[in-house]
Amino acid sequence: MTTVRIPPTLRGETGGQRQVDASGATVGAVLNDLAAKYPGLAGQIFEDGEVAPFVNVYLEGEDVRTLQGLDTPVTEAATVILLPAMAGGR
Amino acid sequence: MPSYRDLLQAVKAEIAEIDAQSAHALLAGAAAPALVDVRELDEWEQGHLPGATHVVRGFLESRIEQVAPDRSQPVIVYCAGGARSAFAAKTLQDLGYTAVRSLAGGFTDWKRNGFDVKLPVSLSPQQRSRYSRHTLIPEVGEAGQIKLLDSRVLLIGAGGLGSPSSLYLAAAGVGTIGIIDDDTVDASNLQRQILHSTTTLGEPKVESAKRTLQALNPDVNVITYRERLNSENVERILADGWDVIVDGADNFPTRYLVNDASVWHNIPVVHGSIFRFEGQVTVFKPQDGPCYRCLFPSPPPPELAPSCAEGGVLGVLPGIIGSLQANETIKLLLGIGDPLIGRLLLFDALEPSFTEVRLKRDASCPVCGDHPSITEYIDYVEFCQGGGGAHQAGAHAHA
Repeated sequence: MTTVRIPPTLRGETGGQRQVDASGATVGAVLNDLAAKYPGLAGQIFEDGEVAPFVNVYLEGEDVRTLQGLDTPVTEAATVILLPAMAGGR
Repeated sequence: MPSYRDLLQAVKAEIAEIDAQSAHALLAGAAAPALVDVRELDEWEQGHLPGATHVVRGFLESRIEQVAPDRSQPVIVYCAGGARSAFAAKTLQDLGYTAVRSLAGGFTDWKRNGFDVKLPVSLSPQQRSRYSRHTLIPEVGEAGQIKLLDSRVLLIGAGGLGSPSSLYLAAAGVGTIGIIDDDTVDASNLQRQILHSTTTLGEPKVESAKRTLQALNPDVNVITYRERLNSENVERILADGWDVIVDGADNFPTRYLVNDASVWHNIPVVHGSIFRFEGQVTVFKPQDGPCYRCLFPSPPPPELAPSCAEGGVLGVLPGIIGSLQANETIKLLLGIGDPLIGRLLLFDALEPSFTEVRLKRDASCPVCGDHPSITEYIDYVEFCQGGGGAHQAGAHAHA
């Protein structure tokens, strides 16, 4: 199982959990498994079958867009971070 | 027992000297040597050679590595007449410096030749006392403190993030602080916005902020803009000239506007954002790293990006993130350390933990990329409502 960190704005969909487990051999498979477990997340992280432009996905601290995107291989020990933009400053 | 003269002669026999004319020519050249003034502070303050670093003789051994880390690099040391610098040169040789020369005739001979002398701006006795904990740090020193006093920082927002960052920047002696905010102080702000207080409820935030900052440090000139940053006023405000922008805005249109303006004006932006228990900090330095649009090409739909007003924020969180922004700002102004360029620092107050992710400049970025498609201000409100920025009617040209 790969650990996926859920940002505060998306925790409503994971029952408030800050991190959840999901399985898959690639980033795309892990995110699909995540979306299957928490259906509300799908529309918030995918757009037209790709990671939405307002969400960044990091595998071990690297943006998956700079790796092999959704095809990037994932190991079980890896941590995936979902990072949507936040505007708050006040 | 050797006399002082014997000792000086013996030392001079062991070191190399350089006359004022040769030193002048060498210092004007491309590979200028490091130039170290070993006189006392009062002598330095009355004028010194341009480009010199002041390391008082008594601290030479302990501080020379900060000036000349490479022991094989050429170094010229000088004093008033060439005696103290001869001893200094001997010391540096003993420390392993292989290309040290003492300026024969010292500062006096340099002046006699009619060469340029720099009269330094120096700290007043009150400033020397106020900033002593800074000037004691070799990486800051009196020169760094003077640099801070000459610096100009623009804060976007006098709220949660702007409060701690502006307080620390003012305390640090950043000489000019601009603050842009169109809001007034509300009771719900006081749980975290420490620039303001119960006695300033209802006041414009920029006025409340100015009073607080000038009470903390009268050296600081606070310039207030009681307006909301937009495409119409951004050029006027940036024309006042800023070294660094600290972005503590509370909405996406302003974040994208600040980004585009900073790329076009080549001003680094110290970015901070907060929500509930989590914060993000990074530095967007045009061309040296990614911009905000490289990180987030488009904003999220409004329902996915609740503001602190809608979702709440732990009061101390902006204190932590805003302080990190002040830290990055001071580093950029002083040119020290490794700024958070191309790195995004994530803070989780509950665990608590810091996590770093790497950011890369996107060569296809519409603003900072190799072939930019957005070259003038757009309608940012519409862009953030899903307009995508394609509609550019009413676009405003940037300077």
